[in-house]
Amino acid sequence: MAISADNHGLRLIVRYAVLILIAVIFIFPLVFMVMSSLKPDQQLLADTASLRAFLPVGDISLDNYWAAFKRAPVALFVMNSVIVTGVTVALSLFLCSTAAFSFVFINWKGRDVILSIILATLIVPFETIAIPLLLISSKLPWIGLDGLTFGWLNSYRVQIIPFIVDGLTIFLFVQFFKDLPSELIEAARVEGASWFQIYRRIVMPLSGPVLATAAILKFLVMYNQYLWPLMVVQEEGYRPVMVGLQYFFQLNRAWGEIMAYLSLITVPVLAFYLYLQKAFIASIASTGVKG
Amino acid sequence: MAGPAAFLIGMFVILPFVFAIVLSFTNQRLISPNPTEFTGLANYRQLLGMATLTLDPVKDDAGAIKMAADGTPEYPSIRSFTRGNADYANLSGMREWFSFGWGESRTYVLARDVVFMKALVNTFIFVLVVAPVQGALALGLALLINQKIRGINVFRTIYFMPVVVSIVVVSLLWRFIYDGNSGLLNNLISAVSFGAIPRVDWLGNPNTALGSVIAMSIWQAVGFHMVIWLSGLQTISPTLYEAGEIEGASKWQSFRYITWPGLKNTAVLVLIVITMQAFAVFAQIDVMTNGGPLDSTQTIVFQAIERGYGKQDISGGSTISVILFVIVLSISLLQRWITRERA
Repeated sequence: MAISADNHGLRLIVRYAVLILIAVIFIFPLVFMVMSSLKPDQQLLADTASLRAFLPVGDISLDNYWAAFKRAPVALFVMNSVIVTGVTVALSLFLCSTAAFSFVFINWKGRDVILSIILATLIVPFETIAIPLLLISSKLPWIGLDGLTFGWLNSYRVQIIPFIVDGLTIFLFVQFFKDLPSELIEAARVEGASWFQIYRRIVMPLSGPVLATAAILKFLVMYNQYLWPLMVVQEEGYRPVMVGLQYFFQLNRAWGEIMAYLSLITVPVLAFYLYLQKAFIASIASTGVKG
Repeated sequence: MAGPAAFLIGMFVILPFVFAIVLSFTNQRLISPNPTEFTGLANYRQLLGMATLTLDPVKDDAGAIKMAADGTPEYPSIRSFTRGNADYANLSGMREWFSFGWGESRTYVLARDVVFMKALVNTFIFVLVVAPVQGALALGLALLINQKIRGINVFRTIYFMPVVVSIVVVSLLWRFIYDGNSGLLNNLISAVSFGAIPRVDWLGNPNTALGSVIAMSIWQAVGFHMVIWLSGLQTISPTLYEAGEIEGASKWQSFRYITWPGLKNTAVLVLIVITMQAFAVFAQIDVMTNGGPLDSTQTIVFQAIERGYGKQDISGGSTISVILFVIVLSISLLQRWITRERA
């Protein structure tokens, strides 16, 4: 009896040891990033030779952060990212959910064809349309404060509008709406409710989970955008955080400042993730329940 | 109500997609004083043109093989065939990609665009390593995280963490880890081996650069696919495992006969998603290596962007995009066909 209990305990220890070892592999670069952001360059480099690299020891301060703010318009980059991400997520939730609503609940001619074309775009990687999209964006018209202008480069709209609607988000909403009880909608129709009222009063209040999923996925894509803004935004005024990194690789490379900037743009997302980790993981998992 | 959404998809996904195909048959540039011309398959020929050339060693008047300074046989120079040689007009403008010995003679594989050929090969290596390794590691993690012991959620949260961090940030951090002098990896290796293993400049050495980028890419994305496997695992009914236990199934048997068959749909999905993501590899290359050293980390998308954006050669970049799309489409169709339900 005692032997088997020991055996059980030992196996449990081995299990936890494996789990912890793997956890270390996944977390050490992030710990290194945050700790290094607090150290002066010389100490940062010297510390990489030992475990001190992962500890807040020695000459700890927030100096790197102040220096990073001095070197680049960090607040501007963060604001740009927040605007682009926030507006895209909001518009995406509205337009994709209304579209999915009409695909699922309303009978109209050609809806199946259009839905299958939209879903077929899922196999087109963004990278394969980036170059022609660059050409198109450089010529599109826009009516703004200065009247009619051509060319969308260097603006918020070029970072927002092409990404509002995508096949995956529509797919998620369509899947979710299909599982809603259709009697609810039929009953409301009988009582004379308009489609928009049904969308607002009945469907949206039930759609919390899918709204969270779609918002999280869009948020991750938009906040982490790199290739597209790299191509279409040359002016500082519209640069998002990932492209703003370039400021830290000119002339003298200050690793402490780089780590401070990386921490600054990453830690809030990680905190948000830790706070909502169940929803984050559920959102990724729900992309997997197809076919 | 679907109008705005359909319009946006049409305008920003389908139109550029059609444009990519059309532009690939022209000489369009981003800004150009000359009108765009239709050039047929010229872009494709320029990118994919290949030829072989088998050469005999140079012999002197007595018929003995001339030896080069390093003791290997000397061959006629490739340039004499590819530069203004009217007898070999089809080879004009090509460059040596690689060559191999064949008895006494030597076969040279020439390509019109050697860098793009290297990018193609590197991307295929990247996909062929990342797809199975990342898929398998993710499944291993999912099985590990699926056990019911205290605190397992903490581990799941940590394993998934790199997924929410931008690949740009991750690439920069790993540049520090891979650094040739004060990199964490070198320090770890020399500490474990007491300095016996020399330092390696992981990203600066053509032999290790691509492998290093692959390892980091797997590290970043494996949590994503772990979660997809996990959701597949949770669809398998626990009663199946109970029945297996009653029948006395071993751990391996219950994996082989209960878990794996239950994961078949998930497996197809994971494989297709990883393959599509891996073919599109760009940010890692842009941040870590810029395609170097010696083109050892060039990839298809990196080339498409370098030409279409960097050199403003819209048609060249579009052609590469179309080639990439054809590859991705054929591979996902192939994967679906291989894993189809057998009647």
